[in-house]
Amino acid sequence: MNWEIVIGLEVHVQLKTQSKAFCGCKTTYGSPPNSQTCPVCLGYPGALPVLNREVVNSAIKAGLATHSKIRYRSGFARKNYFYPDLPKGYQISQYTDPICYDGYIQIPTEEGKKKIGLIRIHMEEDAGKSMHTENGTLIDLNRCGIPLLEIVSCPDIRSPQEAYTYLTTLKQIIRYTGISDCNMEEGSLRCDANLSVRPMGEKTLGTRTELKNMNSFHGVEKALAYEANRQITCLEAGEPIEQQTLLWNEQTQRAEPMRSKEESHDYRYFPEPDLVDVQLTDAWIQDIKAVMPELPEERLSRFIKHYGLSEEDSLVLTAEHEIADYFEAAVQGFQDISLMNHWIRGEILRILKEKQISIDQCPISPKALRDLLTYLLNKKITPQTAKTVLDNMVKTGESADKIIEKKGLLSITSSEELDALIRNIVEKHPEEVKKYRQGKTQLLGFFMGQVMKATKGRADQKITRHILQRYLDATEE
Amino acid sequence: MKDSIQDRISELLDNLEKTDNPIFITIDKDWLWKHVKEQATIEGPLSGKIIAVKDNINVRGLPTTCASRILETYYSLYDATVIEKIRVAGGILLGKTNMDEFAMGSSTEYSAWGEVRNPIDETRVPGGSSGGSASAVSAGFVDYALGSDTGGSIRQPAAFTGTVGLKPTYGRVSRYGLTAYASSFDQIGPITKTVSQSAELLNVIAGKDSRDSTSADVPVPNYLKTLQEKVQGYVVGIPWHLLEKGVDEDVLESFKDVISRLEKEGVRFKKIELKYADYAIATYYILATAEASSNLARFDGVRYGVNAKEQLQDLFSYYAKNRSKGFGPEVKRRIMLGTYVLSSGYYEAYYTRGQKVRNLIAQEFFTLLNEVDALMFPTTPTTAFKLGENVDDPLKMYLNDVFTVSVNIAGLPAISVPGKPGNHGLPVGCQIIGNAYEEGTILQLGHTIERSRI
Repeated sequence: MNWEIVIGLEVHVQLKTQSKAFCGCKTTYGSPPNSQTCPVCLGYPGALPVLNREVVNSAIKAGLATHSKIRYRSGFARKNYFYPDLPKGYQISQYTDPICYDGYIQIPTEEGKKKIGLIRIHMEEDAGKSMHTENGTLIDLNRCGIPLLEIVSCPDIRSPQEAYTYLTTLKQIIRYTGISDCNMEEGSLRCDANLSVRPMGEKTLGTRTELKNMNSFHGVEKALAYEANRQITCLEAGEPIEQQTLLWNEQTQRAEPMRSKEESHDYRYFPEPDLVDVQLTDAWIQDIKAVMPELPEERLSRFIKHYGLSEEDSLVLTAEHEIADYFEAAVQGFQDISLMNHWIRGEILRILKEKQISIDQCPISPKALRDLLTYLLNKKITPQTAKTVLDNMVKTGESADKIIEKKGLLSITSSEELDALIRNIVEKHPEEVKKYRQGKTQLLGFFMGQVMKATKGRADQKITRHILQRYLDATEE
Repeated sequence: MKDSIQDRISELLDNLEKTDNPIFITIDKDWLWKHVKEQATIEGPLSGKIIAVKDNINVRGLPTTCASRILETYYSLYDATVIEKIRVAGGILLGKTNMDEFAMGSSTEYSAWGEVRNPIDETRVPGGSSGGSASAVSAGFVDYALGSDTGGSIRQPAAFTGTVGLKPTYGRVSRYGLTAYASSFDQIGPITKTVSQSAELLNVIAGKDSRDSTSADVPVPNYLKTLQEKVQGYVVGIPWHLLEKGVDEDVLESFKDVISRLEKEGVRFKKIELKYADYAIATYYILATAEASSNLARFDGVRYGVNAKEQLQDLFSYYAKNRSKGFGPEVKRRIMLGTYVLSSGYYEAYYTRGQKVRNLIAQEFFTLLNEVDALMFPTTPTTAFKLGENVDDPLKMYLNDVFTVSVNIAGLPAISVPGKPGNHGLPVGCQIIGNAYEEGTILQLGHTIERSRI
């Protein structure tokens, strides 16, 4: 039988606000444990939450970026459960009236673009972190109260690969809006998944299971593939699927059922009486629209149209908004867009990969790259020299000007200078000259190489080729 | 002046040592003398005034136990907004008063530190849950006290002890620093000897607070000034149908006496009907306990408070142990009730329906208060009952709040002022309910009743 896999994802993104969702504590990652806390986020008796306006702004941005409807009046609710890293005994969240709903994002698939619906985006606060050690459990409440958005997709995803693409696309969009780093390693993006299978063509959904504890996009993909396989095997053996929560174990590459006691939560949601409803206005939303950055899809089509780049090039350059920003800064006032694209895609991205850094940390500024490529464009240096200069710039942090001047790397374009040098090389290789004249003309490359070697790559290619051919062809008489 | 306040405090401390009535939970002498010294330099509307604070309001450096074992060892790290305001106004905080545990009760018998006896008649309860604060004022230990009122916890003990108790409009006074019982009902308010003192303290504590999202940005008038205005021409509504049965004769007589006194001052009375009043107690005990079950979840012994020292099997046992040991019977009862009404399968039938009835009750009050300036009925159906009389009968205890809870349901301001005493010379409270943020009106009416007594 053919089976159809049905997947819905719940993504939590941690917002990059200066302070926490309901108090003034800082949100800096990696601070000493429990150093960023106060009576409010510690849940001391009598302390009350006050909503950080930036959380609402971020939620509106996420909503606008995902074609979601924005709810003008939305309220908070308490999600009640006991856990030591949840000091109040409840998490402030949204329940019946999330701030955004009915949105979608478009993901690329082999059959073209596909819409994945978003049921809701809601605001909530994070819990603290429990660290289980041999001597007991340690609790760090720095994370407690940091704002999160929970983005819940419709069950529109049909394969683990599609789930992976959905996550990458969603991450790209959210990162473009600037509201979150979406860094799964630092925990600023977390993902739970719901999966069920049904016979192809069947309309009703099968029994779903929930997957938790994946810590990378590939982990999500693998966990989903594992679970889809398990469910199909069960059903084909005639066993029913039990609705349950499974924890992905990265070590064993298996999803293991959670103990039933841990999952039998009745969260007893009810409206949070300590907060008033969020009442949005057109003006408020307009203000956010006015500061909304360009989104990936818009930027992609602009790169194709405005810069005349291919779709493939544009996709690479707009994959992250920081790279697109870099490109646009570098190309400012530069004639040869194709050359710039070639160098950023080829060299800059290579450097980032080798050094395992993001483009913000790139040692070559957009202007420095432009200055270097201007030499190349004006034929003042050869492509080979340009690469050497770039490597030097990375190493020393010096400008192209300085390196070229210091090392005397300007191209040799003087015919007289090259003429003497080439005559010398030709005279030194009589054998090769002979073979060339016998018809082995590909030896031209050998002679070019010798010239480049002698000039350390500084010889102008066109002039060199011209002179070489004159010598090799002329002596044929 | 400076000396006289210190003499007064010394004398108070001597007197307090002589009494075995546990009106106060905490009086920390070292803290107090330091505090008196600091406050002596501040010139403000409360300079030289001695104030008691209910033990569910945080005062930096003092314990806040809420009369519960679970907070036995808890010291406040910060001042509640009302406490900050009192400090700035020059007031002197004598100590923390006894109460029903977590403000759940109507007699101050549900305290981990012993039951408070009514200073007027020590065989009787002082009412609750702010029984310690009301008794401290009634017995003359302090000039003013702060209480909190969720379902009548300021007005009912004021009525039982012959003091003036004011529950401000929900949102009038910041709740920041008040240990929450039921967040959408709780309000801090003054308990004083006289109505003008109530106005004086309200002047200091009222106002919008950026730390409490539910506090209202409504201008605060000078209540001492509004007190001077005449009540002539005011129309006050009375729901006579509520008083037909269940109200003691002496209470009713005192109430009628208040009416005749106000009539002499030119107040007109109108018979009104509160159709939903019968649903108030049920609605209150569903919604307030729901909020309480969540508000009290933080008392788990993990970060502060009483906790199990022995090695326990699992997390659940740890919570169960701490909370079973830490909470008293009434608190447990309300947590269980609240957890039940919020549980899936019961939520719609109880919580959702309770919210709907809450809206109906509130709407009825708002409509009536568009037609009249205030409503008036007795604060309680009886005078102070005997110690132990209701403690084993929760339902009977809850019914004591029949006249006070609806006001919290609607979030309106209300004041209890002493009328003519009842049988055995026991105090009787008359309750006046005003429109939202119109504390001025009920203070004026209360002030008029008070003056007509002399």
